[in-house]
Amino acid sequence: MLPEHLGPLRTAAGEPLLSLSRVRQRNRLKERAIQQLLFACALISVLTTVGIVAMLVVQAAGFFSEVSVVEFLTGTQWTPLFQPQHFGVMPLVVGTSLTAGIAILVALPIGLASAIYLSEYAQDRVRRVVKPLLEILAGIPTVVYGYFALTFVTPLLRNVFPDMIVFNALSAGLVMGIMIIPMVSSLSEDAMVAVPRSLRNAAYGLGATRFEVATRVVMPAAVSGIVAACILALSRAVGETMIVAIAAGSTPKLTLNPLESIQTMTAYIVQISLGETPQGTIEYYTIFAVGLLLFMMTLLMNLFSQWFVRRYREKY
Amino acid sequence: MKNATAFRQHLRTRQLSGRFFVALFLGATLSGIFVLVVLVADVFKDSLGWLDWQFLTSYPSRKPQEAGLLSAFFGTLWLMALTALFSLPVGVGTAIYLEEYSPDNMLRRLIQTNISNLAGVPSIVYGLLGLGLFVQALAMGRSILAGALTLTLMSLPVIIIAAQEAIRSVPEVHRLGAYALGATRWQVVRNIVLPTALPGILTGTILAMSRAIGEAAPMIAISALVYLTFIPVSPLDRFTVLPIQIFNWVSRPQEDFAHLAAAGIIVLLIVLLSLNAAAILVRNRYQKRAEE
Amino acid sequence: MLNSLTSLETRKLDLWYGNFQALRGVSMIVPRNQITAIIGPSGCGKSSLLRCFNRMNELIPGSKVKGEVLFEGRNIYAAGVDPTEVRYRIGMVFQKPNPFPKSVFENVAFGPRVNGITGNLEEIVERALRRAALWDDVKDRLGRTAVELSGGQQQRLCIARALALQPEVILMDEPCSALDPVATLKIEDLMRGLAAEYTIIIVTHNMQQAARVSDIAAFMMMEEDRAGALVEYGTTSKMFTTPRDKRTEDYITGRFG
Repeated sequence: MLPEHLGPLRTAAGEPLLSLSRVRQRNRLKERAIQQLLFACALISVLTTVGIVAMLVVQAAGFFSEVSVVEFLTGTQWTPLFQPQHFGVMPLVVGTSLTAGIAILVALPIGLASAIYLSEYAQDRVRRVVKPLLEILAGIPTVVYGYFALTFVTPLLRNVFPDMIVFNALSAGLVMGIMIIPMVSSLSEDAMVAVPRSLRNAAYGLGATRFEVATRVVMPAAVSGIVAACILALSRAVGETMIVAIAAGSTPKLTLNPLESIQTMTAYIVQISLGETPQGTIEYYTIFAVGLLLFMMTLLMNLFSQWFVRRYREKY
Repeated sequence: MKNATAFRQHLRTRQLSGRFFVALFLGATLSGIFVLVVLVADVFKDSLGWLDWQFLTSYPSRKPQEAGLLSAFFGTLWLMALTALFSLPVGVGTAIYLEEYSPDNMLRRLIQTNISNLAGVPSIVYGLLGLGLFVQALAMGRSILAGALTLTLMSLPVIIIAAQEAIRSVPEVHRLGAYALGATRWQVVRNIVLPTALPGILTGTILAMSRAIGEAAPMIAISALVYLTFIPVSPLDRFTVLPIQIFNWVSRPQEDFAHLAAAGIIVLLIVLLSLNAAAILVRNRYQKRAEE
Repeated sequence: MLNSLTSLETRKLDLWYGNFQALRGVSMIVPRNQITAIIGPSGCGKSSLLRCFNRMNELIPGSKVKGEVLFEGRNIYAAGVDPTEVRYRIGMVFQKPNPFPKSVFENVAFGPRVNGITGNLEEIVERALRRAALWDDVKDRLGRTAVELSGGQQQRLCIARALALQPEVILMDEPCSALDPVATLKIEDLMRGLAAEYTIIIVTHNMQQAARVSDIAAFMMMEEDRAGALVEYGTTSKMFTTPRDKRTEDYITGRFG
């Protein structure tokens, strides 16, 4: 067979292509430059964290130069806008905890039940319809939820609790709970789906019913992921702003009564930002002090959930 | 010796309780969807009669009958365009660096953990960052630019994670084939990895955008105005966005403003629906092409 | 020994993946324009050795090479040698066909494009496809995606892709193991035709294929510590009829592996 041989390739100038070194050198510089550029992009994410921490700390220092940390963390009255001024953040923290607590009480059972149903019972057709619908719940802007809480849920609840004020922790908490159901559901479901089929088959082989397999084999095997899901959802509820700003009120109060009006840390920041507080005043610095506390709380919760999964992940 | 009757009795109990619980689980799953339906229906009902052309083309006003969301709508459009412009290259660049260039060392793990943590930071904290950094320290004022940069930082973790997944799903054999032909790393990325990962990246970006434009909190923190009577024409102008306008109307006691809020919500939901539909279209179109 | 008959040579080649030594002291000569087959039981390092010839092992993190691999007398692992240039001159075909998710034309044109070769791309693509005995199958569908082709056609496409760069050496890592017998024979025919102008090194676990196709055979084995070593190499006919080493004889007569 006669080969159709091209012969060694040559450049336009007639030099054999073996001398590619000049082209290669230019390419090497270009490659290095591109790598530096991409590394710079990655660095931006690191700088964001540095920026958040630095900015919060620096601005909060303006607050803590006048108010002691102890007074901030343990004081039981929060009245920076009124005379006499008090700077105890506990009412805001309690308000946040109350609404977030109600939210998780709603989202945990419903989210977990959905996760069990979707991972252990639902047929493919059902999953393909239900999962996207639940994702839509997660995608609804929080102002919309706030509107719903104020104009629909609150009037509804007042039929049950006639003494309830228009702005209250319960409506906001319930609606926040609805908002985080998809988070609990899909993260728990991920944890449960990751449990290998062989464990389930072993249980079926021993005569267990589907319910028993789901609750006695799969859930325990996925418990670290489920706990992590709940902590992450709680952290989300703590950081939520608009629902509570619209529906929970703006009266910082040290109370665990969900029918009362309260104020959360996030709603306080919104309140000051909407006002005409001049820069450089202590009232202005309060939003950064509260913001710093909020950031630390959510960061600790997220780190804890990561640590928890690493430490207690079941080995199948 | 096994007692057959006792076993069968017990089995019936187990099966009955199993069936009871399935119904319970299914009910719980459907309850979430039920609330979604109620919510949309309620908002829709409240907006009837208030969502019209005049509403879409007027500025906000103290008189509910004359108010509209023209300024907020354009503010949202501006913000979305600028945020996408900034966040897409940086997000994709970071993902490419992490997946294709970075060795698997401490620094990479640090960056990765940092990104996961940034995804969980409350949106209002990003607003505070924007306020301290862009509005004040960099003296951009309360402008669209400051707002877009703030939302960019907020959207980056989501985009990076989505882009990383898309890049990881490109089969390794394609990369190997390209390297074996003498391609440099960037050539492999540009000619093989990115084209294959593009639909996933685009879908992730569109979803990140749709989240960003629904956020009022960070924009409130950087003091986007709540009452704006002009359309912004440059990135340095002051601005407002749809969620803030809605929030403003919801906060007023008069019932008419509640209807305005509902109408505004419908507009916002339509914008979001279009974005998400676009994301699904992109994904389906590219999936079909890959299967051809 | 710089010899116009020698294309590639390894001298005391060691390869590590992290702390695991995959190859030990491999020294062999690959003659020009012949087909050299690397055979041996699975796990003995055949593919690892093949990947040393075009520096593809470097893409595996933690890999380290000691010793020399000489191509036309120059050590390709010397400082200052660009691996992409090595791969431009030493091409590779993989075990499982891996066409890019692009059109047939774009697949074959990829190598020239990426290496900055100007000139008539259509001509280069057509000649490569003819050389790989695939032109008639695809000439009417150059724009259609390569993923639609059959397994054997895809593998010939991968060969055309490598040929488009006019390499001097073609490395083939078990190129037929994912193909049916008919496609396999087509590729073996193609290999024999290519040997006139190219140096070919093929890794195969199929001894009959090695006997059919190759001029030179190199037999490798795994030592006790799981490092791969070269037992012997020589002309195929001699090695299969009168092997020098007993281990070679055992393997060839099927007593193990």
